[in-house]
Amino acid sequence: MDFILFLVKTTGFLHLTPGMVLMWCIGIGLIYLAIAKNYEPLLLLPIGFGILLANLPLAGLMVPEEGLLWKFYHYGIQWEVIPPLIFLGLGALTDFGPMLARPSLLFLGAGAQAGVYITFFVAQSMGFTIHEAATIGIIGGADGPTTIFLASKLAPHMLGVCAVAAYSYMALVPIIQPPIMRFMTTEDERKIRMKKTRKVNKLEKIFFPVVAALLIILLIPAAAPLISMFMLGNLFRVAKVVERLTHASQNELLNIVTIFLGLPVGATMNAEVFLQPKVLFIFCLGLVAFSISTATGILLAKIMNLFPGDKINPLLGAAGVSAVPMAARVVHKVAQEADKKNYLLMYAMGPNVAGVIGTVIAAGIFLTLLK
Amino acid sequence: MSKDVLLSAPMMGKVIQIDVNPGDRVEEEDEAIVIEAMKMETPIYIPCDGTISKVNVKVGDTVEEDDLLLSIAPE
Repeated sequence: MDFILFLVKTTGFLHLTPGMVLMWCIGIGLIYLAIAKNYEPLLLLPIGFGILLANLPLAGLMVPEEGLLWKFYHYGIQWEVIPPLIFLGLGALTDFGPMLARPSLLFLGAGAQAGVYITFFVAQSMGFTIHEAATIGIIGGADGPTTIFLASKLAPHMLGVCAVAAYSYMALVPIIQPPIMRFMTTEDERKIRMKKTRKVNKLEKIFFPVVAALLIILLIPAAAPLISMFMLGNLFRVAKVVERLTHASQNELLNIVTIFLGLPVGATMNAEVFLQPKVLFIFCLGLVAFSISTATGILLAKIMNLFPGDKINPLLGAAGVSAVPMAARVVHKVAQEADKKNYLLMYAMGPNVAGVIGTVIAAGIFLTLLK
Repeated sequence: MSKDVLLSAPMMGKVIQIDVNPGDRVEEEDEAIVIEAMKMETPIYIPCDGTISKVNVKVGDTVEEDDLLLSIAPE
């Protein structure tokens, strides 16, 4: 009899807590959204499973120095290896052509970061520490790897929540952004057609990643890990002499690191850390940050239209958040609702990729000032 | 007879659907061709009322910005 009791005690069942079971529901919820709704499945699926694994008693997957997922987390994310590798792949996938064709659209990528800073101050006034507030603010940039990168440095205990918030809002871009865009613009503004852009030659495309890497890293050294890899990946792409490296960065490497990103991010979410009222605030503030970013991007585009010169369609400002290419697609669709023959997709890619750089710079500024 | 109106590709992408044939009578804002770019399907619409005189692309073609898609004899 004692022996049977002993055997039962070695299983996890007796050690389960209601909190753990609740976390399972959240993990399964994310897996469901990934499979049934196709919401960012590449990330939410491993994150969801990571949550399940982190909430199994006695398994010890997240025990420091021992657990498997802890090792992924420590050597992958805390050592800041994986987010920069993701950026290598993103760089190889990014075409800066639309941005170089109309460099003034760069400003929109910067304008849409306002939500990040505004939310930083709001979160701070609500009682979050300065490091936590910065991490919450960066959700407004809607950039997953950057959010994870910053959180791992400033507020590791919030990493999982902020990552899930960032990826959820990325998936919800087509739902969150259009009402704000319609509210902020008139029908006539949405009908504005963009003047044809000039052709960007190959030399400009090669110069850009090199010059941008030097300039941005000199300005904000703390942004170096992400920007260096982003621009290297892009140089692979535009140089056109290392197709194999471009291909590997875009596909095999990106896919592999994606696996090792999602799983440990999910595993940081155990019941004690996650089931706090604070977490709801983080989700709300993240949404606020993202909405403000959308609105300020549009506002900046409208301000740019006050200056003489070709008018730009203010919807493009909404693409300044860095959810690539979802935000650009949404701009295109909302514009086509107003005028079927207005094709903004490629124009919107300009501020969209500028937004990625803008969010990395925002993260770099936070790191510089707060670390 | 007036000159044909040309419809060119507003962006690069892959032609995945063609809704019109030469000789078809079309109206402005009819869907003409669907192009896929950035993993999104974008319908390209007819610029004016008229008759399709020639279709220059076929399904599966990759088009660059400004490539000619089709020409229309306007009314």
